[in-house]
Amino acid sequence: MACVIEKINEIIAPENLVYAKSPLTNDDIMHYCPGCSHGVVQRLIAEVIEEMGIQEQSIGVTPVGCSVFAYKYIDIDWQEAAHGRAPAVATAIKRLMPEKMVFSYQGDGDLAAIGTAETLHAVNRGENIVMLFINNAIYGMTGGQMAPTTLVGQVTSTTPFGRNVDINGYPLKITDLIAQLPGAAYVTRQSVHTAAAVRRAKKAIRKAFEIQRLNCGTAFVEIVATCSSGWKLSPVESNKWMEENMFPHYPLGDLKDSKRADSGLYRIKSK
Amino acid sequence: MTEEIIIAGFGGQGILSMGKILAYSGVIQDQEVAWFPSYGPEMRGGTANVTVILSDEKISSPILHQFDTVIILNQQSMTKFESAVKPVGTLLYDPNGIIHHPTRTDITILRIEAARLCVEMGNAMTFNMIVLGAFLKAKPVVKLENVKKGLEKSLPERYHKLIPLNLEALEIGQRNLEVVHTANAL
Amino acid sequence: MGELRLMKGNEVIAEAAIRCGCDGYFGYPITPQSEVMETLMTLRPWETTGMVVLQAESEIASIHMVYGGAGAGKRVMTSSSSPGISLMAEGISYLAGSELPCVIVNVQRGGPGLGTIQPSQADYNQATKGGGHGDYSLLVLAPASVQEMHDFVILGFELAFKYRNPVMILADGVIGQMMEKVTLIEQRPRWTNEQIQALSGGWATTGKTADRKKHVITSLEMDALMMEKYNLRLQAKYLQMKQDEVRYEVIDCDDAEYILVAFGSAARICQKTVQIARAKGVKVGLIRPITLFPFPDKIIAHYASNVKCFISVEFNAGQMVYDIRLAVNGVTRVEYFGRMGGVVPTPDEVEDALNQYF
Repeated sequence: MACVIEKINEIIAPENLVYAKSPLTNDDIMHYCPGCSHGVVQRLIAEVIEEMGIQEQSIGVTPVGCSVFAYKYIDIDWQEAAHGRAPAVATAIKRLMPEKMVFSYQGDGDLAAIGTAETLHAVNRGENIVMLFINNAIYGMTGGQMAPTTLVGQVTSTTPFGRNVDINGYPLKITDLIAQLPGAAYVTRQSVHTAAAVRRAKKAIRKAFEIQRLNCGTAFVEIVATCSSGWKLSPVESNKWMEENMFPHYPLGDLKDSKRADSGLYRIKSK
Repeated sequence: MTEEIIIAGFGGQGILSMGKILAYSGVIQDQEVAWFPSYGPEMRGGTANVTVILSDEKISSPILHQFDTVIILNQQSMTKFESAVKPVGTLLYDPNGIIHHPTRTDITILRIEAARLCVEMGNAMTFNMIVLGAFLKAKPVVKLENVKKGLEKSLPERYHKLIPLNLEALEIGQRNLEVVHTANAL
Repeated sequence: MGELRLMKGNEVIAEAAIRCGCDGYFGYPITPQSEVMETLMTLRPWETTGMVVLQAESEIASIHMVYGGAGAGKRVMTSSSSPGISLMAEGISYLAGSELPCVIVNVQRGGPGLGTIQPSQADYNQATKGGGHGDYSLLVLAPASVQEMHDFVILGFELAFKYRNPVMILADGVIGQMMEKVTLIEQRPRWTNEQIQALSGGWATTGKTADRKKHVITSLEMDALMMEKYNLRLQAKYLQMKQDEVRYEVIDCDDAEYILVAFGSAARICQKTVQIARAKGVKVGLIRPITLFPFPDKIIAHYASNVKCFISVEFNAGQMVYDIRLAVNGVTRVEYFGRMGGVVPTPDEVEDALNQYF
């Protein structure tokens, strides 16, 4: 035993350190399941805030769902919103404190089912906030029920024989809808299942925060994510399942990169 | 002094603004006032009414079952409010469009042909001011000079050029008040 | 002395909000209170005081905007009418659960359901017994005049911050639509960041600085024992309100054999009834609860042994009457008279009802 500890200490010696967690993340043990994407995304948020030096300006809004406890892990001020209402909460915080950097962090049930109205209208108003959307096609916290983004045929606890469009309708590509709205400045879909994907996702999150500084509309980042517990797959199998099933329906890449539309396009001709 | 008034007729007859001018005039001469409208979707064409109370004392209820003066400007309101005049109170009405004229003998009944007179003036918008003029002839609860000030207060600046026309309408109302029946003292 | 104006109750809400230095209003149109937002949008306070005014996509969104603003330590408010308040119930429970100060105005209309747009007091139970899920109370103020609509916005913010609790102004269509004389306060400045720090620096999300721990606004607690402890703290706060914040008006009660109990515009109608009945020699008085929570039970109990009957006069099916019965605790008779669904009783109807109990 002693020799094992000696070995570990040798490995974690400061001169061997190539990666450290952001000082904005604390030592609490994350409650996320092995293989879950939330932990990775939250680490990226912490890194971006740290690198941009905006800890004092940042206010995060967490949702209801697995990601509710994001406020435990990142050392900034947080508000925990009711289910689906994070965009409304974030709207007011930003409007009342325009100098702050405000972001919401929501899952698919929160953002694309119960909070659809709040989501679409916040973007449509072009609120100068960042919206981060974790899409794992399932309700994680409540135990694996169907989400609006659940794929056709996908088995969940409320679609035990697979999602059937005749009963449940279609998987909602809400990010594609968001990209159509004139208030959106930047809309992108990313994932965090490989090192390269993590790097791209971090770049996208950073860009979203930079856009908030420019006051030119809503920056919206979807992360296509895994839920190995909900999907009942191992973390490795989950990544594979995501690539094979999620990516064809939710293809990665930028959907919009401009700034909110000019009001002239929508103005009445005369009074 | 307390004067409890209800003005009732069609939406679009200027009932609410007539009540407002009366209320503003009361404020100018330091009275307590309450103005309570019927509200809702009946903005044009439906029935509308407004209660105006002017008093030297603090006003209790803005909701009343009886009034010192009832001003009636259509048949529906006649049907509904003739009975709401207090004994020895006053009912002022425009006979235009009235089928069933008031029959009570315990109240004073007055007429003003405001619809006809405003057409003769060439401006339908003066209708309510003719009625107001007639009312103030019968019950001088506010001074005419305060009505002028009330008009200035209640009308947006861009309509102030219409004040002389409104004052003329008030005059016409004053001159054309007809007494139908005088209440017998109890 | 402030400025004297003739204004509608709804318009006054807007004026008072701006003048007392409110930071934000978030609302959604609904009759009979749409004049609140219309007045704000016409006055454009964002150009003068910097107050934010936003028309939200729903009452749900507007109450959660209030949550966001209140969580930041700002003075924020919303207004609505009965069906809209039902939609806000979720957010109100979260505000109470997260102990956030704000002012919510309910200009009541008749229900249930879509109901009518005419005046009502049928949301008494909803307002005074929480209205959403969980054990919580709002501090509820019932204005009976346009002046009180003005005063209670200012008082509402004071109490909201004193207790870190949502305050509801429970008005109705009569008070909202009525015009009366009102004396407006002089314009007060909005709070500076320093003032917010001084007052709410211990909890508001003003941005985490190196000298303090992060602030988290939440009503979530996974540990049941911790949640119970938190609930006990809330209950202690409500008890404090009951001790310190009861407000009421007593009219002609000292020699009264009958006492009418009514709030808001019902109390105005009852005042007239008292005048009419007193003129006929009937010894009748009026107690007007101004705070509906905390309820003025002590003053009612005080008169209980002297009177033959209390009559609760309400624009609903009889809701406050139960609080009066609790206060009276069987000492004397407690009856109810009211009209429902948007019908407002006249002073003589109340007098007729009173006569039944001689």
